[in-house]
Amino acid sequence: MQHSNFFDYKKYRYFKVAVVMILLAFAAFLLFEPAVGHYGGSWVGYALGTISAGLVFWMAWYGIRKRRYRSSGTTQAWLSAHIYLGTALTFIATFHSGFNYGLNIHTVTYGLLMIVVISGFFGNYAYMIYPRLMTENMGEDNLDGLLLRIAEADKMARQIALMMPDDINNTVTRACRETSIGIGLLEQLRGFQPDCPTAMAVQELTALGHDLPVEQRKLYRDLYSLMVRRESLVKRARQDLMYRARMGFWLYFHVPFAIALIMAMIAHVLAVFFYW
Amino acid sequence: MAAAAKKKTAKSASATLHDIVIIGAGPSGLSAAVRASEQGLNYVLLEAEQAPANTVRNYQRGKLVMSEPRGLPLRSALPFTASSRESVLQTWEQTMAEHQVNVRYGAKALGIQKVATGLMVELDDGTSLHTKNAVLAMGVQGSLRKLEIPGGDLPQIQYQLDDPDAYKNETIVVIGGGDSGVENAIALSARNQVIILNRADDFSNCKETNLSQLTEAKKRGVLDWLLETKPQSIEANSSGDFPITVFANTPNGVERIPCHRVIARLGALSPRPLLESFGVGFSTPDLYALPQLSSHYESSIPGLYVIGALAGYPLIKQGINQGYEVIEHILGNPVEPADSALLREKFASFCTDRGIDDVLEKIRKSVPLLAMLSSLQLRELVLESNILLPQAGDVIFKRNDYSTTFFFIVEGELDILIDDDDLPDGHLKAGEFFGELALVSGRRRAGTVRTTQACVLIETPRRVMLKLVDSVQSMRRILNEVAIKTIIHLCIGLSLSEKDLNDVANNATLKTYAAGEELFHEGDEADGLYLIQSGSVTVSHTIGGRDVVLFYVAAGHYVGEMSLVSGEPRYATVRAAIATEAVFIEAGRMRDIIARNPEIRGELDARYLQHLQDQEKRQQLEMAFESNQVAVGQPSPSNLISFLIQQGVGEATDVLLIDESLCVRCNHCEQACADTHGGATRLDRDAGPIFANIRVPTSCRHCEHPHCMKDCPPDAIHRAPHGEVYIDDSCIGCGNCQANCPYDVIQMSEIHEQKEPSIVQMLLGIKPKSVPVGNGAKVAVKCDMCKDISGGPVCVRACPVGAALRVKPEELLNYAGGTGNDANLINDDAD
Repeated sequence: MQHSNFFDYKKYRYFKVAVVMILLAFAAFLLFEPAVGHYGGSWVGYALGTISAGLVFWMAWYGIRKRRYRSSGTTQAWLSAHIYLGTALTFIATFHSGFNYGLNIHTVTYGLLMIVVISGFFGNYAYMIYPRLMTENMGEDNLDGLLLRIAEADKMARQIALMMPDDINNTVTRACRETSIGIGLLEQLRGFQPDCPTAMAVQELTALGHDLPVEQRKLYRDLYSLMVRRESLVKRARQDLMYRARMGFWLYFHVPFAIALIMAMIAHVLAVFFYW
Repeated sequence: MAAAAKKKTAKSASATLHDIVIIGAGPSGLSAAVRASEQGLNYVLLEAEQAPANTVRNYQRGKLVMSEPRGLPLRSALPFTASSRESVLQTWEQTMAEHQVNVRYGAKALGIQKVATGLMVELDDGTSLHTKNAVLAMGVQGSLRKLEIPGGDLPQIQYQLDDPDAYKNETIVVIGGGDSGVENAIALSARNQVIILNRADDFSNCKETNLSQLTEAKKRGVLDWLLETKPQSIEANSSGDFPITVFANTPNGVERIPCHRVIARLGALSPRPLLESFGVGFSTPDLYALPQLSSHYESSIPGLYVIGALAGYPLIKQGINQGYEVIEHILGNPVEPADSALLREKFASFCTDRGIDDVLEKIRKSVPLLAMLSSLQLRELVLESNILLPQAGDVIFKRNDYSTTFFFIVEGELDILIDDDDLPDGHLKAGEFFGELALVSGRRRAGTVRTTQACVLIETPRRVMLKLVDSVQSMRRILNEVAIKTIIHLCIGLSLSEKDLNDVANNATLKTYAAGEELFHEGDEADGLYLIQSGSVTVSHTIGGRDVVLFYVAAGHYVGEMSLVSGEPRYATVRAAIATEAVFIEAGRMRDIIARNPEIRGELDARYLQHLQDQEKRQQLEMAFESNQVAVGQPSPSNLISFLIQQGVGEATDVLLIDESLCVRCNHCEQACADTHGGATRLDRDAGPIFANIRVPTSCRHCEHPHCMKDCPPDAIHRAPHGEVYIDDSCIGCGNCQANCPYDVIQMSEIHEQKEPSIVQMLLGIKPKSVPVGNGAKVAVKCDMCKDISGGPVCVRACPVGAALRVKPEELLNYAGGTGNDANLINDDAD
């Protein structure tokens, strides 16, 4: 494809910016070493810290920016910058820390930052692979359409099953009633229902069909193909929900930890100035 | 006086001398009566039926009554605006009551006699009215043609349809393939099974909307038709489900059609015999000719006036104005036509020292093309047009502009600049016209037009021109000739002498192709050169036994030059991507011209060599894809092009695509669109065909010839200079555009004022209140390409991952996997 995604946006513009920022921060880190060794309280430390804090707020602003549709520029540019500068931020914050870690609010802040950035990396990964898989799974259909077709298959299957022996009718009714599609986050992430009633019904039907009278054979075959279709539809719907859940799952870490990071960072800054 | 007259009985009325007898209580007659009331005249309004305005009354329930022509002001006290049949009738009845209109229902005029003191109007009850003047305003629908076949008087046969919803689960035969019959049939097909009997062999007399709905209804199986078929007789059935049986005479013999009901829409009888019996003179023997009238609607009988549809003015507003004018004229008050004030305004800066008729005459004299129009047509054209008075050196339009208006030169001279140098490539002078190419192709302007001295131009909208071209044959012929010449000039003839150009143009033929039709086939003998005038074509070649699309060629370019240069058979197949018109120049004539014009030879040779290179490159690419397809899992670019062309991208000027391999389904595109466009998104990300991970979502393609524009009563759909097709605030919500759009991208929706949420609201997830704009009525909404938003389409800008993108068809190849250079080959004037 000829257009750019958020990695190669404008020929890696923000990648280049990020690299320059990291190199500059590293140069400052190397060139200006205070007598007591690197620490956040040196003037280089303060400078890097201020830049890091600014970047954190700017990163968080992305969440607002992407919902402000009337603003100028493209969200794609913002995301590209968000990713590359966010990565650069880990380097700058590390140089700011001067590798001094301990059991304190400062290191907690640093840790939260790392969680946020790493969850962001997972997000990148998810955005890279799942869209393609989702398209392969769904084609031109959408989830609503699938659910509608499942409901239609149910209706027809139940009607046919009413004319069948009780054990078949029971199997079909149970499959229609008890099959769940993506109920709860766990099932969504997993993408299947253990002992899926529809799948089991197909298996049971295979066995139950043997001693049917001849005149019910045709109905049975119809019912069987309906249930097989239902099984594949259910599978696809679950897959779609699974991809969606997995594609969005990282956000459950990225966003809350980002908020925690901002809180911790404010505490970290206040603490530094308070104990100065 | 009116009130006094009302008290008199019919018998005594015959003894008094009326000032005016108005015959027919349609819009024209009502308007005349209302004006006569206002002026205190002794008049009577006669109506054969039991209620006023029966033509409008017989419209389908809820039908929108149009108020064309839009620009024309209404001067009568009888109110009229475009609205539903019911509300129009209600306001008229109200006005009649307010003015205490002296109307006599159930009174049909049988004859008019000239007597010494005026006229005698004979009524069907044997009485007669003595009057100084009579106004005939019966319209043409008064005498509907009836079925004159055995059984034509059965109770199940009706000649009008009031409420189509009154019938359901019936089998109904509609007789008549005109618009009224087809409209009835379509409305009935929602709940009934309908069969249309059409005596013609197609429905070519119908409006296009009706035609497409008709085909669609047939596809759904709720409607069918028999062509070249006439009803022979109708019989009542004594038993069975169907009360009657229609015997129809089809080309394959007589067919029995049992049904519940017959609706016959056979049109109206010509009013000429009736008018002739009154003594009114006609200019030609044609049955449908119009009566001879003075400019004040007076017939050959002094004191007898004819107005409205009967006089050849079928529009309601015209009739209403004439009702007013005729009364004023009878009173001896000077009246000028209703549009005069508007025309005066149009001419405010042009020839102010002359009267309107003088100015119109001057225009007619200076522009031969306009001399072909009747004075009514010319007035209408000027009313709908702009008079431009550019100074020397002004640019009228630039090359690549997206405007589709047509220009007549009344005074002055202009230059045409086609290529990039600043030297004129053509010259225009007074009496000529320009802009005819945009009229046919719907594409960008092919050249720049600049004045060389102060000019007077008439700028006419495309819609008005097309209507004229449809009705004035000689105008269509001349425009076609000139358009052919222009396209030849543009494609190959910049260096051609005037004589050669005329020679080629006179011998070129215009060929039309339906979508998918072949212009020529691979391996054919070269027959000539094809210049694409409108539409677009694909060039494909068989590679590995498969037809592979190599190029897409848009209007304003040519195909078929390769075999012409090489003399070999056709190398590729050329197919119309959409309905296409091409100017064809024979091979022999073309070779002749090439022989005499070394410059053209050089140009064609250069193009030939370039084409060879391109084809080689594309073929390589195609082969590479072919052999790697399994490994890479990527379809070849040509397949993608074919797919996109199938999706109507060929007639698009800008189309939204979504790369499904990048799309994270966040729906910010739809949300952004809704938030910036009154709360209704104009794209559906989730719907639309996918090929090779590219989805063509349900979103406007901004077609070259927008289907939505075809039938917009308030003319609310326009094309902006940069190509955006948009709907303005004058939309009345009729839904025609929605029905006409083949891509389902127009919806009816309420418009809400959308406020941008504040940061606090955003953090807390609160939606700001949205207030409906106007009266909350549903109007048609569609993508306007965010023409009013700086920075471009928000759907694309709101996409965080760059999956949403907008593509012009010229850039297709570029996008579909070739290199940047490839795209440039296809359309060198793409910006």
